This record gives sequence, C-alpha cells and structure tokens, in this order.
Amino acid sequence: MGTLKLLQGNEACAEGALYAGCTFFAGYPITPSTEVAEYLARRLPLIGGVILQMEDEIASVGAIIGASLAGKKAMTATSGPGFSLKQENIGFGMICEVPIVVIDVMRGGPSTGVPTGPSQSDIMQCKWGTHGDHPVICLTPAYVQEIFSETVRAFNLAERYRTPVFVAYDEIVGHMRERIEIPDKGVLPVENRRRPTCSPSEYMPFDDTQGDVPPIADFFSGYRQHITGLNHAADGFPVNASPRIHTDELRLLRKVEGNRKDIIRYETVMLEDAEIVVFGYGVSGRSGKSAVELARAEGIKAGLFRPLTIWPFPAEEVAELASRVKAIIVPELSLGQIVLEVERCAKGRCEVEGIFRVDGDPITPDQILEKIKEVG
Amino acid sequence: MGDRYEIRFSGSGGQGLILAGVIFAEAATIYDEINAVQSQSYGPEARGGASKSEVILSENVIDFPKAQGIDLQLSLTQESCTKYYKDIKPGGILLVDEDFVRDIPEGDFKVIKLPIIRTASERIGKAFVANIVATGAITAITGKVRIESVEKAVLSRVPKGTEEMNKKALMAGYNMAKTKTAA
Amino acid sequence: MAFNYDPYIRSGKLPHIWCPGCTFGIVFKSLLRAVDSMQIPKDDIALVSGIGCASRLPGYVDWNTLHTAHGRAIPFATGLKMARPDKKVLVVSGDGDATAIGGNHFIHACRRNIDITVIVLNNFIYGMTGGQHSPTTPVGHMATTMPFGNVDPTFNIPALAKGAGATWVGRGTAYHVPALDKLIVGAVEHKGLSVLEIINGCPTTHGRRNKFRTPTDMLLWMKETALPVSAFEKFPAEKTVGKFPIGVLYKGEAKEYSETYFAMVEHLQKKQEGRGD
Repeated sequence: MGTLKLLQGNEACAEGALYAGCTFFAGYPITPSTEVAEYLARRLPLIGGVILQMEDEIASVGAIIGASLAGKKAMTATSGPGFSLKQENIGFGMICEVPIVVIDVMRGGPSTGVPTGPSQSDIMQCKWGTHGDHPVICLTPAYVQEIFSETVRAFNLAERYRTPVFVAYDEIVGHMRERIEIPDKGVLPVENRRRPTCSPSEYMPFDDTQGDVPPIADFFSGYRQHITGLNHAADGFPVNASPRIHTDELRLLRKVEGNRKDIIRYETVMLEDAEIVVFGYGVSGRSGKSAVELARAEGIKAGLFRPLTIWPFPAEEVAELASRVKAIIVPELSLGQIVLEVERCAKGRCEVEGIFRVDGDPITPDQILEKIKEVG
Repeated sequence: MGDRYEIRFSGSGGQGLILAGVIFAEAATIYDEINAVQSQSYGPEARGGASKSEVILSENVIDFPKAQGIDLQLSLTQESCTKYYKDIKPGGILLVDEDFVRDIPEGDFKVIKLPIIRTASERIGKAFVANIVATGAITAITGKVRIESVEKAVLSRVPKGTEEMNKKALMAGYNMAKTKTAA
Repeated sequence: MAFNYDPYIRSGKLPHIWCPGCTFGIVFKSLLRAVDSMQIPKDDIALVSGIGCASRLPGYVDWNTLHTAHGRAIPFATGLKMARPDKKVLVVSGDGDATAIGGNHFIHACRRNIDITVIVLNNFIYGMTGGQHSPTTPVGHMATTMPFGNVDPTFNIPALAKGAGATWVGRGTAYHVPALDKLIVGAVEHKGLSVLEIINGCPTTHGRRNKFRTPTDMLLWMKETALPVSAFEKFPAEKTVGKFPIGVLYKGEAKEYSETYFAMVEHLQKKQEGRGD
C-alpha cells in the first residue's frame, strides 16, 4: 500500500517526477502550471536536487537539456504562451535526442488568452510546434492519479527513446484535487537511459549501428563528445547536404512511430457493441465517460475511446473503430484540432462530429449526450 | 452519477474558503474513503471579490469534475450569495451568514441562517476561523462526512499552534448547526 | 619549445570554417594554451556555444562540447554547471549571440554570479549571416542592414557585465596575444561569473566595408587603439578619446551561485537528518 494524499493535478505531476527520479527542474512562473515548480521547490533541495527559476521559458529548456546531457533526469513545466517560447530549444532536444520531460498545462489562447481557464488548444502545437520534422510523444492524462502515473511514464519513455516527451493536460485537471495513491518505490517501473558500453575512443553519440536509439554518454564521464543542433553524422559533427540527414531524420521518426504499440495507451468503455463512440482526452474524456453512462442508461449504444497517448496518434485504433461504428464524436476545448486527426484516420468510413468550446468552461456530459442523440 | 453531492463554499477572497473546501474533500476522500473532487476559482477572482471552492462527493468514480447542480451553497458575503445562488438545484440548501447576507434570494431551496462570523470572532476570538466554523456547520447539515474525519483533516491542514482554536471552531459550527436544524 | 596543440584539437574536423584573415584562430590557440597551463583534464571541462562564427569554435576542441541554439549557450551551460558543479564550464559567444538574442541570459548569468566563464568574441558584426549590424557595431559603420551607416547605439560589453553583477570582467584583443593568454587564465580561474570580451576583426563582412583595407589593418587598429587599463585610467580624458582599455577591468566579490545553492541543500539535508525523518 502506498501513500494516500489529496493532491492537485499539478502536485501529482511533481510527485510523479520525483518518483521517476527527476533531480533537476528549471522553469518560469506561469499560470496554470506554477504549482508544479512550487511543489518541486519544496522537495528537490531536500533530496540534493536542483530547482532553478530561470530568466525566461527559453532558458529553462536550455538548462534542463544541459542537465540531462550531464546525466540528470530533468523536467520543465509551462502553459500556452510559455510552451510557445520553449519550442526553439525543444527542437534542439529533438534533433540532439536529449531525454527531457516538458509539462504543458493548457490554458486558453492565442496569446495571453484566458490564463486561468482550461483549454486543449495546444495539442497541435505539441505535434508541430517546432520547425522541422521530428516525431512527438505526448501523453494526455485526465485524472489526478493519472497525471502522477503518466508523468512517471513520460520519464520512462524519454529515457527509453532518448527524446523530449510532453505531458499535456488542461487547467481543470491541473488545478483540481483528487485522492491519489503514491505507490511505494519499486511498484511502478522506473527506467534509465542506455549508456555506452564501448570505450570512449569508440563512442559515437548518434551511432545508428547501435539501433534506432543509440546509447547516450554523460558529459564529464570520460566520453568526450560534440553535440550540435545542426544536422549531424554518427560522430555528432555537422553534416551538410548529405543523404545522412535524410536517413537520420527517418531514424528519429522510426524510433517513435515504429514503437507505437509500446507508446500508445488508452482507456475504452463499452466499445464492443458501440454504435456511437466518444473520442475524448483530458477533461473532455471525463465528460465523455459520463455522457456514455447517461446514453447507455437511455439504451443508446455509446462507447468511449480515451487516449492517454495523443502523439503518436492512435491511428490504427481509430481506423478500426471507424470501420464498424456509425459516428465518432470528438469533444475538445478548442475550435477543432484533434478532430482533424480523427477525420484523417476515419477516412470517411463513419461520421465524425466535433463539439468545440473555448469559453473557459468544460464540455458537459449533457452537451455530449445531446450530440450522441443527434447523430444516433 | 446518481449519488453526486455538490457543495460550494463561497465568500470573499481571503476568508479561507478554498482551505475549507480542501479540508472537507480531504476528510471525505482520505479519512472516509468517499470519492471527492475539489476545485476553486483562480486568478484575480480569488483575491477579493466573490470567491468559491467546490467539493463534489460520490460513492462512485467522479468523471465530470465540475459542479452542475449545487446541493449546498455556503455564502459568507452578500456578493457571493447574489452571484452564485442560481446554481443551487431545486430542493437544495443555501447556508448563509446571518449578519453579512441580509438580502436572501428567492428560489426553490431551503435557507439556513447562522451567525458564522460572529461565532468565530466572539466565541473563538478570531474572525479568520469563520471558514472552520462553517465547515463544522456543513458537516452537521450534510451528514455526508464524519465529524471525526473532518477534525483529522483540519488538524493536518491548519498552521502549527492553531490546532486547539480550530478544533473549537469546528465543533462550535457543528453544534450550532445541529441545534438549529433540530429546532 | 613550440606549444603542441595536437592533444586538444579534433584534427579530423579541420579545416575550420573561418574566413582567411579572421582573427578567431588566434583566440582559439590562445584558449588552448591558457587552459593547458592550468592543467585542467579534458574530461573535466565543457565548452558551450550558441550560433554564429564564434560558436563553431567548440567543434574543434577535444573537450565536452555543446553547440546550442542562437543566444542560448548560457542557459545550457547553467544546466551543465548546476548538474556538475565540480566541473569547469566555459561559454564562447559572439557580440550578437551574447548581447542581442542572448542578452537576457547574459545579464541574468551575471546577476547569479554562477561559476561560468563567458568569452565574447566581439567582431562588431553578424558575420555568419553576411554583415548585419550588431549591438556593438560602431555608430556610422556600414552594415548590410545599415547601408547608410549605423544609427543604432552600442553596448559596452564590460560595462554591461559589471552592471549586471559579473564579478570578473576583462577585455583583450586578438592582437595582444601574450596578454590574452593571461586574461583567459584569469577569467577561467575566477570563481564566479567571468566575462572576457575579446576584440576581433571580421575582414569579410565588416572590415572591407569600413575602411580596413586588409585584415592586417584591423589588427593594427587594435594595436593603436587599445590601451592597458592602468594607462587608460591614468591618462587625462582627452588623451583616451577613441581608445579602449584592455586588461582586467573589474573584480568584485559576491557569493557564487552553485556554491550557495548546494550549501542550502546541505543545510536542509542536515536539518532533516536532525529531525530523524
């Protein structure tokens, strides 16, 4: 039995980071994510860890990448406008394959928008926020307990696939309090990055003969290396106009897309005989679950697909559903983002209907129920 | 969803209503093992003006996390009462501070008036424990959570050195509401 | 005996990208001599850079090297230093990288007085992108984005560093090489944030558009214009017009950031042990 606590989503995120072995946090204050930093500020120094409030959002990603390259498990947390600022260095983390975790507690936008209101409108920014091509892993917990466990999983995926991993949740689940059980040490798996076993003179930081996820050496460990944000060869040094760039970018894509089964997680409710499926994540997934219960009580064959991994997108699962259901309803706190991805995967085989809301309130179960009846 | 019970603690920013909501939720979910979700108003709203904190209780898993029909609303100020009472569901309860909420709105709900702030300042000697007096009263009125559990939650959340005073405040509110509702 | 650079150079990565006549090669060799004289093991030092011509320097040095995004070297270096406070962390930057796009990081690193050495290779221009004016391009100078002469006022990098809280501030030039070796040693040895501005010449994108007909003209300009700080301070004001001081310009006392942070950690951990939980 672990420890029971009443925690905010943001606090559970911080607990998840600590459980996963995070010893380095750098951030910048921004609503509604600040509690993550505040919680870690009280805890990290006690375990010898580092908490840095940097001069801006850009610097905070730079600092955690530096720390990760020195071997630490490192994280930052932010919201909307701050997430936009972080994109530059996140891109660096992507091309240099640095394990870091970035928390985005989504609020309304664009720009300052609604700092204290919930939103799910950063979900495409998670996928396409930086310039260039690269794969993305983004987890979307909906319950306080899940924020804890998905933060642990985010660290594990970052270490396993040597890449930045996002955890994106809305202000509502970030700020609400629920009971969570923090498991004892050892109950949830905690992974560490693969480090080189070869001699320093043989080591190459991007040696693709070692597999799609090459081992990563810590700075100052004797494995002197060069890391650059330029496209680089296996030895880490820049290359220009080379077929290597193409093959290396494909490798980056493959290491995530090729491991979809390992990365993609979701919850389903009564999908077996469902004719109408609600596809919702975060707080909209919670509303979806209530709506499905209401619909079933009225004899409507409704079901729920609630992704815990939004990127890579559960494309095969959605395609399979589309081939056998009448309609997929996508509630989201935006003017229609993830609905496009559902449409793409459904390929016209079923109706896809969005419910969009950006007024600072969540989509209610009744709103979804109404739509279920409308398409039913 | 059937057994959902929704409580709203409202007043002005600085009256400790968020803490009251947290204490009540903690009592329910940690000590009584009822499911609970607590949420609150944020930002400028939370600093002065009308402020609120909500707790949803249920024997079942709580999916939709926002209040939809308030079973009991506490209002310690006129402004918060006027601003929020419309969410009280038919047959619900409006619990007000009888000195500070004079203009009682009309509606399909039961009104309970208690001298919450006066009790805190005169009987306990500190107006700022009004939130704990109110929590005691709500415990008695709702009967959803054991008073022993609420007491444990109070003691785990209040500053060191104020335990006795807060315990007294809790019981003052609890007993006051018991007497009032029995009458 | 001539200094042997080989142990420090990633020879396979040469030739370097700098233009003929660029003075960065002089600084590069000075840096290697200086660090060699301090006997810092190669595994125990990191060199971090941002973007620009100066930022390519780390690629040629066989240390732990990190070539980051434009202006961002200092935050990455801060992460490295706070993760491994026992190691030496150096940043090499340019005038645009350090004081324009990276200006915020620069002043805040100075404020924290974290034990990082920031070496700014000031060549008064954005060289890599082809000669746009930077925060140090002299007023009146030609730049591709100031084709009628620069009207943008300039930063004085040492003054900026001092004002922001750096505890060691110096300036050298690519001409005064023996003095430069010593300045680099002083900057790296200093515990706290040290800023060393090194005056450089970019003949390709700055010099030839601004009446420096040859790369040598730029070096001669440094020779004639730089005054040792001791002389600069003694001379009457009218004699220092158009001149600039070189040497150690400022040394201050302040707590070093990583030491202060980890002292707090140690204190908290002891307190916790004392409580027995």
